[in-house]
Amino acid sequence: MQLKNPKQLATLQKKYKAAEERFPKKVLICCGPGCLASGAQKISDKFKQVLKDKRIKGFSVEALKETGCHGFCEQGPLVIIEPDGTFYTRVKTKDVEEIIEMSVRKGETIDRLLYSPNGDGQRIQRYHDIDFYRHQDRIALANLGKISQCNIEEYIALGGYQALAKVISSMKPDQIIDEITESGLRGRGGAGFAAGRKWATCRKIESDVRYVICNGDEGDPGAFMDRAIMEGDPHAILEGMVIAAFAVGSSQGYIYVREEYPLAVVNLQKAIEQAEEMGLLGDNILGSDFSFKIRISRGAGAFVCGESSALMKSVAGEVGEPRAKYIRSVVKGLHDQPTVLNNVETLATVPVIINKGADWFKKIGTKKNTGTKAFSLVGKVRNTGLIEVAMGTTLRKIIYDIGGGIIDDRPFKAVQTGGPSGGCLPESQLDLPVDFDSLTEAGSMMGSGGMIVMDDKTCMVDVARYFLGFLVNESCGKCVPCREGLYQLHALTVRVCEGRATEADLEKMEKLSNQVIIGSLCGLGKSGPNPLLSTMKYFREEYLAHIRDKRCPAGVCRELITYEINDKCTGCMACIAVCATHAITGKKGEIHVLNQAKCTKCGACYAVCKHDSVVVS
Amino acid sequence: MVNLTINGKVVQAEEGEVLLSVIRREKIDVPALCHHEAVEAFGACRLCVVEITRQEWDGWCDYVTSCLYPASDGLIVNTHAAKVNDLRKTIVDLFLARHPKCPEIIELAAEYGVYSTTYQTVVDGDNCILCGLCTRICDRMGFHAISTVGRGHGKEVSPPLHKAPPDCTGCLACAQNCPTSFIEYSAAKGFLTIWDKKFELLKCSGCGKETITKVFAEHLCQERKIPFEYFQICDECHRKQLAATMGEITSWDREAAS
Ligand SMILES: Cc1cc2nc3c(=O)[nH]c(=O)nc-3n(C[C@H](O)[C@H](O)[C@H](O)COP(=O)(O)O)c2cc1C
Ligand code: SF4
Ligand code: SF4
Ligand code: FES
Repeated sequence: MQLKNPKQLATLQKKYKAAEERFPKKVLICCGPGCLASGAQKISDKFKQVLKDKRIKGFSVEALKETGCHGFCEQGPLVIIEPDGTFYTRVKTKDVEEIIEMSVRKGETIDRLLYSPNGDGQRIQRYHDIDFYRHQDRIALANLGKISQCNIEEYIALGGYQALAKVISSMKPDQIIDEITESGLRGRGGAGFAAGRKWATCRKIESDVRYVICNGDEGDPGAFMDRAIMEGDPHAILEGMVIAAFAVGSSQGYIYVREEYPLAVVNLQKAIEQAEEMGLLGDNILGSDFSFKIRISRGAGAFVCGESSALMKSVAGEVGEPRAKYIRSVVKGLHDQPTVLNNVETLATVPVIINKGADWFKKIGTKKNTGTKAFSLVGKVRNTGLIEVAMGTTLRKIIYDIGGGIIDDRPFKAVQTGGPSGGCLPESQLDLPVDFDSLTEAGSMMGSGGMIVMDDKTCMVDVARYFLGFLVNESCGKCVPCREGLYQLHALTVRVCEGRATEADLEKMEKLSNQVIIGSLCGLGKSGPNPLLSTMKYFREEYLAHIRDKRCPAGVCRELITYEINDKCTGCMACIAVCATHAITGKKGEIHVLNQAKCTKCGACYAVCKHDSVVVS
Repeated sequence: MVNLTINGKVVQAEEGEVLLSVIRREKIDVPALCHHEAVEAFGACRLCVVEITRQEWDGWCDYVTSCLYPASDGLIVNTHAAKVNDLRKTIVDLFLARHPKCPEIIELAAEYGVYSTTYQTVVDGDNCILCGLCTRICDRMGFHAISTVGRGHGKEVSPPLHKAPPDCTGCLACAQNCPTSFIEYSAAKGFLTIWDKKFELLKCSGCGKETITKVFAEHLCQERKIPFEYFQICDECHRKQLAATMGEITSWDREAAS
């Protein structure tokens, strides 16, 4: 059905909402990337199979939903029973019948499946009461975990496309731009550029053709915020794009999706078709004379393709190599036409701002960093997953209150933000408010929102080596400071790790880093030395220990360590089982012996020992 | 026309003209390895970097590649600022580490006082400096036969799939413009080989010398509407023929006049 005007959309919303309300009890199965990996699809299939020949009063299989990422991936597969928000974790297929009988039919709770924060038997029933969720503020991720993946009816029932109806029926393009500018919305893709200003520039340029592109390349290893939105709430992105297009005067849009995200492509494509069918996208949107089409463009599988100029080349079918942006892409972008490029999360936030107003949005976050930001919280924290917090929330709050602190209560060592070319911040920076400016000032960056927490078993020189290695491979290789400079920085860092470096090398690394920053063509090279500079700044002692004492204090760098087994050994044989070269021998209950000649220093024994009896020196 | 200052001197330039072209007009020496007038600027070697500022920037400076940066009114350019010299020196040092046997790089590095690299020498480093001139020129010719493949430190120039490039015409534009003569080719016994592809060479009907490849000649005939006969004679013989004809004409004129 093609909607002919905003009124028809309002009527349709009432209808869908009523349909949703017919069955207040709902079973939501998280089918986000994390839960799918831990077996959510099988759980969902089992639910469908069992429910097929069951009749339950007040419940229908229609009220069973496969949702996008609910966030708490670490506890997945997750099953949530609404309306009360009962939160079942680590659900297995064998639990499904019980959930249906007990919780769906009788309304009772299965204690065993509830979340237990300390593993001490204390259990929390509703997810709203769990620390992981309690401290979050969700805007871009608001619909995730609530509605079925790419279901336009549910999206509309929740007020979806109302922002679009509002701009088409009652706002002039300049008003929209003013509203976005006033809201202070900054791009969530990394640089934090003011979205309103970008749109305004694009609109002002004389041209018959303008493009709107959504950046869904998300190249940061370990990050999956954009993926979760593309898969779980694609209509929010489409709505944001149509509003952007209406504001700047564009009739063609592209969504650039990372090659590794096939489900995102499928869901976005489905969403585009649904929206076109209803007249919310395509020709004469909502009966107006405004038309806008969206096409999906699949990524070329390189980190650098997320960079704006490389991305636009890739969309145009050329090699995804950055170009100098002395003339910005908003002026001369795709096919040399004015182009607005925004990140997935930025665009998904737009409809909410239009609906609730700039003033509402501004109240969240800090003065210069309004609203919220999504992060993928990973590494050595107890609660890993997808989170969204108000800008300005401190690292401590994210890591300890939401993340639940460090696994096994080990000491916190560093948190890496901003993806591979971000920086590592130490304990002294834990009270840093997380926003674009503070992170940059501290020598890291926001990036697109990766957050990796590290404990005391991490060697910061090794971390720098790892990220530099990633960047050496991911540099497009066009310009010399980045291609050769990062290569040499990596080589120098390897020297430190192997105990072959001198203090003069440190100076050399610092100097070369600064030259790579000023000399490189694009943001990759310009931020590439960050992991090195930030660790050299905050963990200098650790570098010096490698250089002066030929010692790796964290016990990671192979060339500088030996593993030994001390007399705390209980003879559990765990280390024997993991040692690939059979360097460890011993009987159950007896202290094990490590043969140094056979040891390759892989650290497997150290990692599995629960009794602190494998020691590094 | 706009007015800008280069190394303290006020000069004029077309609005939008790239700085490097203004700098060259002023006869200031700035290295530029990946630049060629015939093709679009690339910005890869970064040697042409200059320091720019403006009165209203309050002392803040930026570092840009002059081969790409457009001239504008009031721009203040320093082609040899301390930081620029430093950066250029680092770049040639990095080049030398990567291409330790490349004569052009060794010479350039020496100009900057770098006689051995401060960095780790790449033992198997070849002489391709990845300036991209060959691929851009090939694109410009309209063939798109070669491109850079791979990324990062392993990037290289190559025909698609490392096989003889189907679109190559053997025009030699790439090899003749390679600043380090890295692209190899050989011509012998009526054939030219480049990129592992063998081409038949045309022979001059006058002197028998080998000229261009048959494929390239056919391409030019078709694209530029040049008659094929034009390529059956070499430039020199063509010139000789022309001179002979001119001589004949003059002798007719003389005859007519007498
Ligand atoms: C090496 C590199 C990789 C990038 N990768 C991404 C990415 O994966 N996703 C993204 O949204 N932005 C990425 N960016 C930032 C984009 O260039 C661009 O600033 C952003 O998409 C603009 O959207 P925003 O203003 O909404 O943030 C990357 C930048 C660089 C330099
Ligand atoms: S900085 Fe790195 S990624 Fe960017 S253009 Fe240069 S080589 Fe390519
Ligand atoms: S082969 Fe020559 S022209 Fe081509 S990129 Fe290498 S150095 Fe430049
Ligand atoms: S000549 Fe300008 S970057 Fe190479």
